Amino acid sequence: MTVVFKKTKGLTDAPFSYCPGCTHGIIHRLVAECLEELDLLDHSVAIASVGCSVMSYEYFNCDAIQAAHGRAPAVATGVKRVHPEKIVFTYQGDGDLASIGTAEIVQAAHRGENITVIFVNNAIYGMTGGQMAPTTLPNQVTTTSPRGRDVSKTGEPIKMSELMATIPGATYIERVMTADPLSVRKAKRAIKKAFQYQKENKGFSMIEVLSSCNIGWGLSPNDALQYIKNEMASYFPLGVYKDKGV
Amino acid sequence: MRGEVLFNTDRCKGCSLCVHACPVHILALDTTRVNAVGYNPAYCFDMSKCIACTNCATMCPDTVITVKRLDI
Repeated sequence: MTVVFKKTKGLTDAPFSYCPGCTHGIIHRLVAECLEELDLLDHSVAIASVGCSVMSYEYFNCDAIQAAHGRAPAVATGVKRVHPEKIVFTYQGDGDLASIGTAEIVQAAHRGENITVIFVNNAIYGMTGGQMAPTTLPNQVTTTSPRGRDVSKTGEPIKMSELMATIPGATYIERVMTADPLSVRKAKRAIKKAFQYQKENKGFSMIEVLSSCNIGWGLSPNDALQYIKNEMASYFPLGVYKDKGV
Repeated sequence: MRGEVLFNTDRCKGCSLCVHACPVHILALDTTRVNAVGYNPAYCFDMSKCIACTNCATMCPDTVITVKRLDI
């Protein structure tokens, strides 16, 4: 018998604090597997954000800093400029990156910082109880939009990958999802490529991962994955938005 | 039997994503047991049909599953 799948060394033994069925756990594992496979674990620095993933510094088996809300790309900029030989990545949710941290993410890409951003988009503020986020879909019910998001008053959901792809300083922008085994494997390839680019000093990369918040959405874990595939992926199209590294 | 799945049962949160990901439908939640964290853990009820595809482990959010493949 050959072991073909086991827990990566890139994760600590701490059990995740996430709800049952939350795909944060899958995305954590993908990031950790990529770092392990590229042999980067010993010289990587994770920048944790604020949100459900605030405790991610407990789970990645590498050095980590927890940044103020939305400021992870600014902290990553500082770490990378002082330690250019380190692999620096941020792990941010949509409330953190697409709302309070919009200035930091846009300016980090504009400066062409050689960092990797893992952007977990679950269309809701999960940690604080399922409030409407800038990425909440039109007519989606949340605790602060109980009759569904009214786009005439709150605007259309922001498409971060499309926005970031227009910034000349950005190198690699791709949107992936975690709705089934195939899409998870594709997500891993994208994350690995982003770290490879950073290793080769190619510049700023951001991988947007469409994720689920089954508790916030009021769905079962499996129905939440179907929601990603059927609803989220149709508003937020998957694909490579920019790749200057090839 | 072409493969074997092992569960680190006490980490399982009973989300059943592995149950839905399994192409040969041999996983289920064990409603007769409660694990250390209070959930019905996932288990395999017919290991002889396992094809070691790793779909269950790929979808597991809590790194509960280890997969072994039979050497031929």
